[in-house]
Amino acid sequence: MTEIAATAAPPAVVGRSLWGNAWARLKRNRAAMFSLYYLALIAVVSVFGPWFVPHEYTTIYGDYVRTPPSLSAYPKPDMIQGALSDAIKRMRVDIKEWHQDGSRVVVTVTSTKPIDDRNVRYLDRSDAFHDTRIENKSPDGLEATMSSAIKQQYFLFGTDNTGRDLLSRTLMAGRISLAIGLLAGVVAGVIGVVYGAAAGFAGGRVDEVMMRIVDVLYSLPFIFFVIMLVVFFGRNFVLMFLAVGAVLWLDMARIVRGQALSIRRQEYVQAAEAMGVGQRGILLRHVIPNLLGPVVIYMTLLVPQVIILESFLSFLGLGVQEPMTSWGVLISVGAKNIGYANWLLLFPAFFLVSTLFALNFVGDGLRDALDPKDR
Amino acid sequence: MASETILSVKDLRVRFQTLDGTVEAVKGINIKVNAGETVAVVGESGSGKSQTMMAAMNLLSSNGEATGQVDYRGQNLLSMSKSELNKVRGRKISMIFQEPMTSLDPLYTIGNQLMEPIRRHRGLSAPAAREEALKLLRLVHIPDPERRMKSYPHEMSGGQRQRVMIAMALANDPDILIADEPTTALDVTIQAQILMLLAELQRKLGMAIVFITHDLGIVRRFADRVYVMRQGEVVEEGEAEALFANPQHAYTRMLLAAEPTGTKAAPPANSPVLLEGRNVEVVFKIGGGFLGGEPLMLRAVDRISVRLKRNQTIGIVGESGSGKSTLGRALLRLLPSDGVIRFGDRDISNADRQAMRPLRHELQLVFQDPFGSLSPRMTIGQVITEGLLVHEPSLTSKQRDQRAVEALREVGLDPNARNRYPHEFSGGQRQRIAIARAMILKPKVVVLDEPTSALDRSVQKQIVELLRKLQADHELSYLFISHDLAVVRAMADYIIVMKQGKIVEEGPTQEIFDNPREAYTQTLMNAAIDSTRFRVSA
Repeated sequence: MTEIAATAAPPAVVGRSLWGNAWARLKRNRAAMFSLYYLALIAVVSVFGPWFVPHEYTTIYGDYVRTPPSLSAYPKPDMIQGALSDAIKRMRVDIKEWHQDGSRVVVTVTSTKPIDDRNVRYLDRSDAFHDTRIENKSPDGLEATMSSAIKQQYFLFGTDNTGRDLLSRTLMAGRISLAIGLLAGVVAGVIGVVYGAAAGFAGGRVDEVMMRIVDVLYSLPFIFFVIMLVVFFGRNFVLMFLAVGAVLWLDMARIVRGQALSIRRQEYVQAAEAMGVGQRGILLRHVIPNLLGPVVIYMTLLVPQVIILESFLSFLGLGVQEPMTSWGVLISVGAKNIGYANWLLLFPAFFLVSTLFALNFVGDGLRDALDPKDR
Repeated sequence: MASETILSVKDLRVRFQTLDGTVEAVKGINIKVNAGETVAVVGESGSGKSQTMMAAMNLLSSNGEATGQVDYRGQNLLSMSKSELNKVRGRKISMIFQEPMTSLDPLYTIGNQLMEPIRRHRGLSAPAAREEALKLLRLVHIPDPERRMKSYPHEMSGGQRQRVMIAMALANDPDILIADEPTTALDVTIQAQILMLLAELQRKLGMAIVFITHDLGIVRRFADRVYVMRQGEVVEEGEAEALFANPQHAYTRMLLAAEPTGTKAAPPANSPVLLEGRNVEVVFKIGGGFLGGEPLMLRAVDRISVRLKRNQTIGIVGESGSGKSTLGRALLRLLPSDGVIRFGDRDISNADRQAMRPLRHELQLVFQDPFGSLSPRMTIGQVITEGLLVHEPSLTSKQRDQRAVEALREVGLDPNARNRYPHEFSGGQRQRIAIARAMILKPKVVVLDEPTSALDRSVQKQIVELLRKLQADHELSYLFISHDLAVVRAMADYIIVMKQGKIVEEGPTQEIFDNPREAYTQTLMNAAIDSTRFRVSA
């Protein structure tokens, strides 16, 4: 920049590149911008959310199986008695009297045998109470008063069949789904761009052979291919990338090849050839930068495709395995419980659908921005 | 011819919403068209001449907006509903466009496309519409119309397609025919035929023609009245003859004087031959291959010999498909060819990419289309210094930048331009950039492939002058490929006329222009230079 300042008297003029133009157009597209912000939000929430949710996505709360979502804390007042009598029953003692005292419950129990102090652990083991102490004990040891703090727990999205918090599981699933979407999308994109650009750029016989290979791969049935992989290598996270990436790069390769073929015939490429620029220079400076527009557009449409494929595989039980989870897994579980625990389906489905919507809006917006045909 | 005003445009304004805010393309103009007359709207690109007519026909793009009044026989077209408008549009007022290639639907036969509007607007039965379509094709002199009814657009030449477009426009017996640069995409000889046809049709059918063009030569020979537009305003209007005889506005005078002038003197006889081709032959193989059967061999350049001396300009003239561009590229070894090509004292007939690379900076090429020949994603600085990366890799980026500044100054552009992108420049500026890209390498031979064809006349003149100046400064040799004889006359000292890959005639410029020997050369000259009117004056 100093050089510019030295040679030019007026302030340095910086042109607006095509990317700059596209960005300006995209900014005017409200649906796309809103989707972009929404995606950013989902990504941030999925990545950082699980650390802030008080429940681990693997923790099982035996007392809270299939509790419906609620904004107020568990245990609910009517649940305290149930939880209390369950715990007391395990101590093999009888309740004489109990009352709630602020955030603590005070319970007096009697027994025919002396009461062991260690019995408090039965109360602590319950998901509803913690910090149990013996307040006082009758001299003969047959009666004791214990007090226990009520453990306030929030299950904003409810819990699942085994009593795990759905919120943390949905966010965790978001991490996995987005990661698979992004990574497999990038893998498919990179393979597709390199392969397609090479085929289109080389042209002639090389192109012919490379594209026939693509045709052969196209004819492999996808599910069959995945089942085969699973049978040979067992269920594995990495396999998911392989399987999804191996299928989706084919489309990308075809699109890129077509683009590369047409760019190859552009006059600016001929001009570069006339200047003696080598194959490498042409590929790097001319073909690839001009390819990027359609590639970016297709990538935004590829990512949702990958997420759907992963969900589909997980739904079939071929994908991500418990306790790890993904939106597809959660939806599959939710679908089985739709009759009596519909929140198990609603929350993950909302996340998946809204994310896919947003991705598609962004893709559409990018297409309009990068390739304005509304003239 | 009595003059009832059938179309009048009053205070028409056209605005476009763009990224940079509102752009006013047409700024309150008034135009009227009388029955049966020919009105020309003349202007350079960006003058708003096409947008005026598009607005009148309600064909503006979605970000455009028109205000004012466009009255056709007392009805305001701008305030009509779509269905009312369709009764006028395509029926009473019809249009033909510049590009006959894209105006016809490639998936339907000519017959289909002709019959559809006839049936739609007049409610004729299929056989009757067919009769009508055949009549129209005969009217526009399409040979063998019965067979042509079944042809698809790609089976016809550009001129024939434009004839079909005219036939379609005439299908419903319009009052007004709006012709938007109808001959610009055609070769000169075809151009003349189309203009002749339009004049003839007007005599027969008596419709008014609104002729939108940048070409004053056509206007002079064709129009009754002329409107000259510039930057969205009408700067001058009047009867064609009066306007040409005595132009009032400075801009009109500038347009009239924009024809490139001057001649180029031949280099001294003893100046060394720089680039020589002997019996150069280029054959394209079409089809064939794995399952394609026998390939078709197309002889694009058929044993042509050229000797280009230092400081000489050879003009290669011919219509599209004559092989002139192919010859230029073959001489630069950008296409495989047979025959002998020598550069200086070196035989480069069989030089491959690798062997050619060190020579490339002395042999440069400038393309016709200044929009296609600059990579849209690179800054101007990157575009013009790309060659330095190859030929002078030792330069630092600072030195390259310095060279870019020099090159841009040399072609008359602000050096600040190098941080901008191609799409921010006009056609003429882009062509200057393309020339700067060639000049930065300090070449000896430059092949100029129609460098002025895509530009406005006034810009053409500037580019021609720039090229002349560069030639004088650096003793360059040009191979100037063009179909535009006026430009060639100003640039070249030697002319080669090509047709179908062969040389028809060659010789010093003056001789060829004063005394063309071959019939083909004469036709070309007549089509381009002749100024007889097509029209029996009204």
